[in-house]
Amino acid sequence: MKNGVGVPQNIVLFGGTSEIGQAVVSALLQPGVARLTLVARDLDGSATFGDSIEGDTEVEIVRFDAADHSSMAAVVEEVSANGRDIDVAVIAHGVLAEGTDYYADPSAVHGLLAVNMTATAALLYALAARMRVQGYGRIILLSSVAGVRVRKGNPVYGASKAAVDSLALAVDHELEGTGVSILVVRPGFVVSKMTTGMKKAPFSSTPEAVAQIVARAVNSGTTIVYAPTVLRWVFGIFRLLPQAVWRRLPLG
Amino acid sequence: MTKQRLSGWGRTAWTVADTVSPADETEVRGTVVSAGSRGVIARGLGRSYGAAAQNAGGQVLLMPGTAVGRPYSLDQTSGNVTAPAGMSLDDILKDSVPRGWFVPVTPGTRFVTVGGAVASDIHGKNHHFDGSFGQHVLSMRVMLSSGDVVNLSPRENAAWFWATVGGMGLTGVILDVDFRMLPVESSRVRVETERLADFDAVVAAMSTDGDDGTYRYSVSWVDLVATGKATGRGVLTRGDHATASEAGGKEVLAYDPKVRVAAPPWVPNQLLNKFSIKAFNELWFRKAPARRHVGIESIPTFFHPLDGVRSWNTLYGVQGFIQYQFIVPLGEVEILRRVIEAFAGQGVASFLAVLKRMGPSNEAPMSFPTEGWTLTLDMAAGIKGLPELLARVDGMVLDAGGRHYLAKDSHVAPQAVRLGYPRFAEWLDVRDEMDPGRKWNSDLARRLSLLERG
Repeated sequence: MKNGVGVPQNIVLFGGTSEIGQAVVSALLQPGVARLTLVARDLDGSATFGDSIEGDTEVEIVRFDAADHSSMAAVVEEVSANGRDIDVAVIAHGVLAEGTDYYADPSAVHGLLAVNMTATAALLYALAARMRVQGYGRIILLSSVAGVRVRKGNPVYGASKAAVDSLALAVDHELEGTGVSILVVRPGFVVSKMTTGMKKAPFSSTPEAVAQIVARAVNSGTTIVYAPTVLRWVFGIFRLLPQAVWRRLPLG
Repeated sequence: MTKQRLSGWGRTAWTVADTVSPADETEVRGTVVSAGSRGVIARGLGRSYGAAAQNAGGQVLLMPGTAVGRPYSLDQTSGNVTAPAGMSLDDILKDSVPRGWFVPVTPGTRFVTVGGAVASDIHGKNHHFDGSFGQHVLSMRVMLSSGDVVNLSPRENAAWFWATVGGMGLTGVILDVDFRMLPVESSRVRVETERLADFDAVVAAMSTDGDDGTYRYSVSWVDLVATGKATGRGVLTRGDHATASEAGGKEVLAYDPKVRVAAPPWVPNQLLNKFSIKAFNELWFRKAPARRHVGIESIPTFFHPLDGVRSWNTLYGVQGFIQYQFIVPLGEVEILRRVIEAFAGQGVASFLAVLKRMGPSNEAPMSFPTEGWTLTLDMAAGIKGLPELLARVDGMVLDAGGRHYLAKDSHVAPQAVRLGYPRFAEWLDVRDEMDPGRKWNSDLARRLSLLERG
């Protein structure tokens, strides 16, 4: 149960090794957080992060297959077993698959879409269903500005983010009055191991900076945040640009 | 059944539950017996500051009113009242004061139900003199989770009775209550007001009351935003019901409580900030006479000053606020000082901070009052760093052998109950006996694991 000063008792992170996810969780950790559940494919990587957590928070690690949409309901059931409510769930797992040649292997789209889109959508519904029973809860979905207006370069990634991003907004609308809400986080380019070797884009950010923005929004009624916040205005304009202008933008 | 978003008076930690306004006892039974795994809790007028009367994803019985329980009656000769649990002290006072009877205990608001008064075992400015509400209860009828109704009193089912007093609604639904009223000659209060320059003076002045039996009511407002030596300066008010001759005039029992103004429907989030609160505290201090002053005040002015402003709890804006109330043994004055310093040191401004010396505890294992000092302060819930600060202060309070008031609490950890209430396990045993199916539940119970041993 969350408390009156905005501290969640139980936090669940999906994508326990995600750098942004870990940063978000670290920003949410404060006295009163009783349990943190890290859900990941990589148990060792999650354990390393779990061991680094100080204080009274109990850390639990649960394995899941991020590509298996059919297992999401069971995973949510597992992390909320024994009537344990999920106060805040962070959905942070995802793949970027930068540089994949989809023209050479069109079937490769499946690997990315299965994780970023299908399984994430199933997880979103599984969490929403559980939280509706609880009568409260907050889901934090790590989306991306890449989904706001999908661009050349890695369109499969952008399209997957566009899909879950718009799905989450509509589900959040459906959840009105249930006590459950979704926070869609749209970071720009984040310097992390996921983007190692990639050219830094303008308005780049760090996992910690993203986390600070999320921490401020988690207890508000906000539905969408950008990181850095200036991207709200930048992409507000980008999404309105005629295709001819959009294609000419020197965005690399 | 309606889906409804609920919070406590502090307007934090909102959750959604199915609410039922039972038309009679049968409907209460129907709801209780058919309750699902998220359980059910009774809710009165929602004056608990935290999450005591809400039940996320479960059911909430909206009790206010007189539909459930035996009807209200006041015996003019004995002063014994029968009141349905959903009846407010406000409604009782409107009938009883003109007839020469006052409620035995009233908190700072008269908009609490009788059921809530028992479940929280409320206290007032007369705790050092009269004890808490539960001590004036003769008997009550309680519906168990089985649907059976039992009669509880200090003689009949005593263990169940005392587990229900201060039991936060987790033992059963209180249907109606018989309790003893206090005879009064007038509807006025004779009040001595005294301004005290610093915290030492406040403590010294309050250390003597009760001993001589002069003052039935005693409480001190303290200024926690004043800086330097003035931190903790206060205004001590003490008094008793005025006699007919003191009240003077003809209609000495006339009682006409009015809600004078309402808080505006929309309030800027920063209305109550460090500066406005400081200004208010300065004004409040200056408003009190510099020398001891004896005056005659009305019941609402003395007991329920904030009730004059409807929904004053919205003044903190959407962030809501918390009220921090704890008690420490009489010898731990130093802890009070350290707590005050801890809050002041982080610039936490409190609109109304109140210090009271409490009398001995009663037999209820989960009753909050116990001999000692209780300090109450309110603060905006959104203050940066508040969770860390509160955790630190909680530790200081618990280390000093103190505890927190569950009717006010909105943040303590489960451990705070186990440490602060040494009879918690004993209460839990009785609770389980009364509710083996674990049907009662609330957000407070979930956060503090009040149904679990560990």
